[in-house]
This record gives sequence, C-alpha cells and structure tokens, in this order.
Amino acid sequence: MIIDINFVGLIIASIMASAVPLILASCGELITERSGVLNLGVEGMMIIGAISGFALMTVTGSLIIAVFGAMLAGVLISTIFAFLTQTLITNHVATGLALTIFGIGISAMIGKNFVGIPGKEFPVLFEGLKDTIPLLSPILFGHSIVFYFAFALPFITSYFLKKTKVGLIVRAVGDSPESASNQGINVRLVRYVCILYGGAMCGLGGAYLSMIYTPQWIENMTGGRGWIALALVVFSTWNPIKILIGAMIFGGLTIIQFHMQAIGVRIPVQFLTALPYIVTIIVLVVISRDSRKIRLSTPSSLGKSFHKNN
Amino acid sequence: MIKIVKRDQPSKAIFFFTPVLAIFLTLIAGGIIFYILGFKPFEALKFFFIVPIADKYGFSELLLKATPLCLIAIGLSFCFKSNNWNIGAEGQLTFGAIVSGGVALLFYDQEGFYILPIVILAGAIGGMIYASIPAILKTYFNTNEILVSLMLVYVSKLILDYLVVGPWSNPEGFNFPETRQFSDSARLPLLFEGLRIHAGIFLALAAVVISWFVFYKTYLGFQMKVSGFSLKTAKYAGYKGKKMIILVFLISGACAGLAGVGEITGPIGQLHREVSPDYGFTAIIVAFLGRLHPVGIIFASLVVAITYLGAETAQIFMQIPKYTGQVFQGMILFFLLASDYLLFFKFKFIDSKK
Repeated sequence: MIIDINFVGLIIASIMASAVPLILASCGELITERSGVLNLGVEGMMIIGAISGFALMTVTGSLIIAVFGAMLAGVLISTIFAFLTQTLITNHVATGLALTIFGIGISAMIGKNFVGIPGKEFPVLFEGLKDTIPLLSPILFGHSIVFYFAFALPFITSYFLKKTKVGLIVRAVGDSPESASNQGINVRLVRYVCILYGGAMCGLGGAYLSMIYTPQWIENMTGGRGWIALALVVFSTWNPIKILIGAMIFGGLTIIQFHMQAIGVRIPVQFLTALPYIVTIIVLVVISRDSRKIRLSTPSSLGKSFHKNN
Repeated sequence: MIKIVKRDQPSKAIFFFTPVLAIFLTLIAGGIIFYILGFKPFEALKFFFIVPIADKYGFSELLLKATPLCLIAIGLSFCFKSNNWNIGAEGQLTFGAIVSGGVALLFYDQEGFYILPIVILAGAIGGMIYASIPAILKTYFNTNEILVSLMLVYVSKLILDYLVVGPWSNPEGFNFPETRQFSDSARLPLLFEGLRIHAGIFLALAAVVISWFVFYKTYLGFQMKVSGFSLKTAKYAGYKGKKMIILVFLISGACAGLAGVGEITGPIGQLHREVSPDYGFTAIIVAFLGRLHPVGIIFASLVVAITYLGAETAQIFMQIPKYTGQVFQGMILFFLLASDYLLFFKFKFIDSKK
C-alpha cells in the first residue's frame, strides 16, 4: 500500500485544526485556575463566543469585529461569574454550572435567527506556500490567523507564568492568597482579570468553531468541548505545554471518527462519537491516580473563596 | 454611610427567604429580557408563569415535570450535602431508563403484576451502576467526580441512541428511532382519566419522606452534614469517608434512575432518543433552590417545572424561543447564589462623623 505523504500531512493538519478550540479554551481556563479560581462555565462561555462571533460576522460583515466581539462576549459573560465568585463570594462550582446553563440558553435564544445562514470564508495565511514542502506544507501553511495564535498560545502562556512578574503574581495568588494579600497584592483584582482573560479565550475558541472550523451556527455546537477543555487542564497538570499534547490527542480522536467511517470500519458511529469522552475519563484516572503528583501541581487555593477581613 | 459587615452567624431566616428573593429577581430580569426582545413584559411573564398552569390539564403537566426534578434533586441533595459534586444525574437518568426499558422490552408481550416492580427496580439499579463509576473512580483513583460524571452523560446518551436506532428498535416501527411499546403491565398507571400525571409522583414523595428521615433522624445524616461542613472534622471523627462517598452516589444514582423509569414507563411507554429534556441538569438548580431540604425541594421543583411549561406555552403563543426556559433556570441559580451574600454579610448604617 502506498501512502500519499501529503495525505498524511493533511490528516495531521485536520487534527491540529480540531485541537484549536480546545487549546484556546484550556489555556484560558489554565490562567484562571492558576489564580485559584475554578470556572466550570467554559462550555457556556465557548457557546456564547460561538454565537456572538457568527452573529456579528453576519450582521456587520466584518471578520475583525466578529472575532474581537466574540472575545468581548466571553469577557462580558465571565464578568457575571467574576462578580459572583469574587465580590459576592459564591461557590465556584455552582456558579460555573449556572454560567453554563445560562450561556447555552442565551446562545440558543440569540441564535434562533441565525440557523441555516451560511458562514463566510475566513482568510488563510501563506496559501502560496501550500505545495512547496511535502508532508510539512499542509501542516505549516494555509491556516487562519487564529490557528497560528492557538499553537503559539501554550508557549506564550508558559513564558508568562514562568518568566514574568505578573505571571509570578498570578501563581502566588493561586497558591497562597493570604501571603499574596499580605504582600500588598490585590487578590480580588488579580482573580477578576484572570477570570475575564479566561472568558476571552473561551469566547475565541467558540468563535473558531462557528466562524472557521464549521462556518455556521448550530445549537449546542460546542458539544461538550468546554468540558473536555476543563479535563485537559487537569490532564496537563496545569502545565500549558502539556495542553498542546492533550488537545492533539483529542483532536485526533475526533478526526479518526470521520476516517473510520470513510474507510467503512464496522463500528457503530455512536461508539466512535463516545470515544473522546471515554478516553477523557481514562486519561483523568491515569493522571489522578498519583494523588501526590496532583496535589503538588494543583494551585493550592483552587476553587476556594478568598475574603480579606478588614 | 453604609458599611458591609460580616454576620457573627449565618442568618437562619434569610436562609429560607433568599430563594423567594431569587425567584422575584429572576422575574424582574426576565421581564427586562422580554422587553429587550420586543415583547410586552407583563404579558410575556403571564404566558410564561400563569397561563400554563391555569387549568386542570396544566396543573397535571406541572406535576408531571416536577416529579423527575424533585426525585433527582432529592438524590443530589445527599451528594451536595456531603460535598460530592455529582453533576451527571442526566446520565444516571438515561442509563436507568436504558436498563429499565431493556427489562420492560423483555416482557413486551406479557402481562403480570410482577412486571412493573421488576422494571422499576431495574431502573434504580441502572442509575446506581452508572453513578458508581464516578464514585469508585473518585474514592480509589482520586479522579475528579465533576468531570467523570459529566463525560458519562454524553456516553449514556450515545448508548441510548445506538440502542433505539440499532438492536432495540421496533421491528415493526418503519425504522423510527424508538423501541416497541411496553406492555401495560410495565407501565406506571395514570392517576386520572385524560391527564398524564402518573404514579411516579408517589416515588418522588416517598423519596422526600425517606430523605427527610435520613437527614434529620439518623447518624448517617449527621455524618453527611459534618463531612459537608468540613472534611477534616469528618476524618478526625473517624467517619468512613470512602464508604460515604459511594453511598451518596448510589442514592442519587438510584433516584435519577427512578426518574428515568418514570419518563419511559409513564405517558410514553417506550424508549426513544430523548428520554429527558435535561431534567438531570435542571435538578441541580432545584436542589440548590430548595436549600437541599426535602420540603424546600418540593417547592423548588414546582417553581422550576413552570419554566419548562412556560417555555412551551410562550413558544406556541408568542413565538418566544423555548430556550428562554434555560435562561430563566440559569438566572434563578445566579440570583440565588448572589443573594446568599446576605446570609453571611449585612448592611449596617454607621455615622461617618464618629
């Protein structure tokens, strides 16, 4: 059997494309969690980003407005979460769940008028270089700017957390809010910013789905990706570079489904669709089994409210 | 000047008042949303919350929808009270429905008094099996129960889809994604002629009574409460933490499974693709709104059930999208959590000149 090397490149590129929304949302949530906040509203923020991006693109015709609008929408909806958990000191888990339920409802409400409208073509970069290098060309060239941003993001995030002062502050707030507060750091402000940043990245991840990956609006089109993104953060043990690996595995599982069906493998389609969820569980079990390792890498104050007594 | 002061003790009166406040605030916010969408707020709210339950039929529908919500929320309150975040009740409901439906299909051409109890029991066991997965993974592999229970929701719906399209689909059903009709002996009896409310409501009421007894009259209930307040204290007291985690998951799984039984053996009488309009998720809100108290949960399930009916009515009469129901549910939880602030803090007027 002869395998066309460019075909292999195309498959890898499609795996990378399906990993993009996961990388964006996970890297955003990772920063939020590193500051000690557990936001379970990822799915809700992503779906809000998806509809906002698509709606703005349809109404204004501008892709730039749509992309930034989707991020802004993510910021706005995460503001609700930030206000509740940081100012009103509510439980992170319950508030995050409310955010997801609310987000899915609102997105379907706004999206009612956008069902069935075809999307627009999103410009790709380096299209001229597509046939230059075998295998690597389809992987490296001809993708949207969001694609390139997503694959740079884990490295930027890692640099930010390890090498910059602000990154250090974020980690300090997540690991010991009391000490950070005593050092004169405004814990609440840092957490607010980290939550809103997470919202922006989830919004962007959602917009990638509705504007670039499958350019159309379908109700509930995130289909659990937000939850997988949350699982990826645990999988990565809060290390952004590992998010890249995890997202590629899950992207791969999604793509394999299509190809298995295309080759005519006789496995019920539902089992293939269930595969990413089942693998997520297995991976979580393997990662979490070593409780010491998890304890060492989890931000110590994750999910715990902090209230400065004064 | 107004200053916010921490209360010495959470206020008991406010504990039961804030759910009412949350509902009130949700109505106001809902009115504003309707106004933005271009509807008359009061008329829309009337169609949403009053018209659906204005007659006998509507009231029966309300109880029909409140039954699974109440049943699941009671189960969840066991988990939430003891600090276990089972958010996959929807999956446990679905799996319960699959197992009880499978058993009911075995008896599809038989009648007999023994069939219904077996079918009900099968549903409870199905829910328990499914809930035991996150519980066991949490206790023995330290795995996050939130993510596992949630992932299993997607898996259960795909299993159901596979079964009703494939091996269990009705051989005389023209390829519709549904199973055969169950025999009458496998159906929960309807309570009134012409209304859809069925005997499943007694399962919910039984769950309320039993949970009240367990929470407030048994040592187990006390242990759960302590673990909920502080896991460390529970450990010092020597409670068997692992056993309790598994137990509360089994209880809530059984309740969700029973809700699944009610959905398929009640008015519908067969398995099909969508056994539940996200009751399992909505019940999380019911549990919180009811303050994890059995009686509170009864009221909360009725209130939240209206959002289901209201969404349908508003869609038919005013073309308001049916997802408004979910928006209302999210808002109720937001407002409830927000007004909890009043539990721990109070506003105090102080003389700034002093």
